Amino acid sequence: MVSKTTEDLSHLFASGHSACAGCGQSLSVRLVLRAAGRNIITTNSTGCLEVFSSNYPRSAWQVPWIHSLFENAASVAAGVEAALRATGRIDQIRVIGQGGDGGTGDIGFGALSGMWERGHDILFICYDNENYANTGVQRSGLTPYGSSTTTSPAGKVSWGNPRPKKNLPEIALAHGLPYVATTSVGYPFDLDKKVKKALSIRGPKYLQIFANCPLGWRHDTAFTISISKLVVETGLYPLLEWENGQLISARKIGKKKSVDEYLRLQGRFSHLFGPGGDKEIAKIQAIADANIAKYGLMSKSATGVEPPDETVEAARASVTAPPSSPTKPAVRTFTLGELAAYNGRNGQPAYVAYKGKVYDVTSSSLWEDGEHQLEHKAGRDLTEDMNNAPHSDDTLDRVAMVGVLKN
Amino acid sequence: MTKKLLEGSQGIAEAVALCRPQVIAAYPITPQTHIPQELADMVANGKLKAEWVNVESEHSAASVVLGASATGVRVFTASSSQGILLMNEVLFNIAGMRLPVVLVCVNRAISAPLNIWNDQQDSISQRDTGVIQLYAEDNQEAADLVYQAYRIAEDHRVQLPVMVCLDGYVLSHAWETVDIPSQAQVDSFLPPFKPLYKLDPENPLSFGMYMEPDKYLETRYMIQHTMEQSIGIIQDVAHDFEKIFGRPATAIIEEYQTHDATTILVGMGSMVSLFKEEVDQLRSQGQKVGVLKLVCYRPFPKEELYQSLKRAKHVVVIEKATSLGFGGPVASELRSVFYGCPHQPAISGFIAGLGGRDITAETVKTALNKAHRHPVDTEYLDLRTDLELEGISNPAGQHKK
Amino acid sequence: MKLTIGGVSQPGTSRENRTGSWRVNSRPSHLHKTCTACDLCALSCPEGCIYGKGRNTYYSDLTYCKGCGNCADVCPVDDIVMVPEEKSLPQEWMVFSDNQEYKSMATS
Repeated sequence: MVSKTTEDLSHLFASGHSACAGCGQSLSVRLVLRAAGRNIITTNSTGCLEVFSSNYPRSAWQVPWIHSLFENAASVAAGVEAALRATGRIDQIRVIGQGGDGGTGDIGFGALSGMWERGHDILFICYDNENYANTGVQRSGLTPYGSSTTTSPAGKVSWGNPRPKKNLPEIALAHGLPYVATTSVGYPFDLDKKVKKALSIRGPKYLQIFANCPLGWRHDTAFTISISKLVVETGLYPLLEWENGQLISARKIGKKKSVDEYLRLQGRFSHLFGPGGDKEIAKIQAIADANIAKYGLMSKSATGVEPPDETVEAARASVTAPPSSPTKPAVRTFTLGELAAYNGRNGQPAYVAYKGKVYDVTSSSLWEDGEHQLEHKAGRDLTEDMNNAPHSDDTLDRVAMVGVLKN
Repeated sequence: MTKKLLEGSQGIAEAVALCRPQVIAAYPITPQTHIPQELADMVANGKLKAEWVNVESEHSAASVVLGASATGVRVFTASSSQGILLMNEVLFNIAGMRLPVVLVCVNRAISAPLNIWNDQQDSISQRDTGVIQLYAEDNQEAADLVYQAYRIAEDHRVQLPVMVCLDGYVLSHAWETVDIPSQAQVDSFLPPFKPLYKLDPENPLSFGMYMEPDKYLETRYMIQHTMEQSIGIIQDVAHDFEKIFGRPATAIIEEYQTHDATTILVGMGSMVSLFKEEVDQLRSQGQKVGVLKLVCYRPFPKEELYQSLKRAKHVVVIEKATSLGFGGPVASELRSVFYGCPHQPAISGFIAGLGGRDITAETVKTALNKAHRHPVDTEYLDLRTDLELEGISNPAGQHKK
Repeated sequence: MKLTIGGVSQPGTSRENRTGSWRVNSRPSHLHKTCTACDLCALSCPEGCIYGKGRNTYYSDLTYCKGCGNCADVCPVDDIVMVPEEKSLPQEWMVFSDNQEYKSMATS
């Protein structure tokens, strides 16, 4: 009854799994398999994912999959990789190891470090839901500062988890991996691109995905995507990419959100909004600010104006809020050649032209690294493309117009 | 076939190499390390084509071979003592997933206190895992059990991991003449590995599922049933071995002068050689004694043991392991074989040789004398009287039946 | 049911578990008025139960939809709204997963 080969890649992780409604991890896995395709073998540590995806005889996996123990997803993957190498199939089949934050950074860390050090051709993906979700929301080494979990509960003499998040990407870098990246389930195109990029590079790789746990974090199931975007927009979870130790991309934040906006939506941080909690929130803000400074996450458009946020609320707020810049921009004229420089890459803003007007799409979540839908590129006149696209004239009304195209 | 003077570890390595494993993973621990070293040397010199994985722990060694076996290739690992213990949950996992992993345990005592010398506590402590366990008396048998181990494990009617055990130092570091067969002979005995199930994008299966109470019990029953059936398969493999290699294979048990014995010594591993010498001596003095060598410890060959021991008056078990808080595992399991049966030899159990303490002719004589006087439940042999044991006022006291 | 040796399972068998029964309060309703086929709803569904290709063709397979609401939250043109769960649903919704026409509208 199950169609194995007619299913498209977007449904390689089959429906019917028993993840909680709104689970960021199940969505992440769907997106990973969509990017990775069928020609993989994947291992999985014990945790939510393997439990909700594999209740005998029902498996959501439509790629070869093996779950062994909590701490050995990386070493089982190493065995798979060695077997593929021994049988001459290492160039045809990709190996992906998967674990939660506990199975990757805590109990699984020894095996992971060994696998990385030996240089196996494996992409290890950490679904970071910042707790031991499957066993009931306990604190892990990747639980962020101030988070209330069942083993770091907020209470009369506790503000929750007293330790900062273990910086696994930096630890990965210390192993000399050719590719390390962070992404978030709220940025599906970023995730897709990074999985594909990782799989195109040979050697040990690490990808850490921010994956909400609505049950454990106590947030509305409908806010999985919005929260996983907010965490990036605050600077708390930068979306970064390193190749051979060099930082090659850091997703810019168009309009910075304060950490309050992010923390307020989740029950695991609700204790911070009581008396005295503002000092704790300030500490969390400091973590976000440090990330912004360290990775240069704040972007400015060439005209010196912060591009407006695309949400309706932000649009309303900007009417009553004081302007973020004292100067209003002059209407600038762009030649096609000048426009080409604003291709959204290497720190440049992303501009597109449509019907003679030039728009700034840098901070739109639909544009990643100067690309839309992995097909349309910034720095160009997209009038022709738009006519063939499922968009109307008013689609670009939501972004800032920064100039006109010189004829 | 070539007779070579080899260290026990070398014999094992030669045997493993002839079985053509494609993925080998191992971690250093005394006294098994010579085995992976020999294999690494063979790989480095092109004598063995295999992926050699220098893992960062024994847990990973077992996990690497688990993953590789699931991907459909023949594998090998080895360990001792703490390493075997660190592999414990992976061994349960390999057996539960029914993967035909072959590993060697070079028997060594368990910490604490730290002790690198021989006893059999490490492998015996894994007796619940579902791993088949075979114990070698000498280096020839150790090597021969390796070829058989792969045949047994990969049989689709078995599909269970097999652990070949040999005594640390006593065998692993002893130089003996070992017959090493030719590659052609081994190939005719051991065909290429054909996995029952494997990880392959062409046929994407899921391994290591989560299973609820309404099914888990049956999976355990399946393994128990399979292990019981595998006794016959192990015997068939041994017969095949004899045909192809032209030398005896003991398979499950070996009976040495037991046919008319009133007293039978029972043991596993290298101590059996000593028992045989003692038996020869006692027989020359007119005593009707014999030795039952237990080769296959798991599955525990209840029927074979019963038939072999039922006519004896005294059965004397000497073992190099103990279940602390209880007594000798082999002796107690043997007693259960006779429960409710018409024949009831007096079964005495002795613990000896722990932590590398020599089992000598005196040890054996003492055991026989004590057992002949009256049956012994559990007694430690060779306890030193010159050591003060803090907190114990009556050392060498034992539970008397 | 057969217990395989080692508990090895076949792919995609999770589909036997119709998780649509989990919904209690609300379900998504695709209005098909302003949809631009941006695909974000399909890319935000943890169940992978949203199908569509082209403007105003997207549907949530209610056999599996758990009603989390992310699709409605994410739609940039507000073409998806969460509506109260009805006791009886239109027939075509219930047979969605067997409907080849809908199945052919898979996203890439």
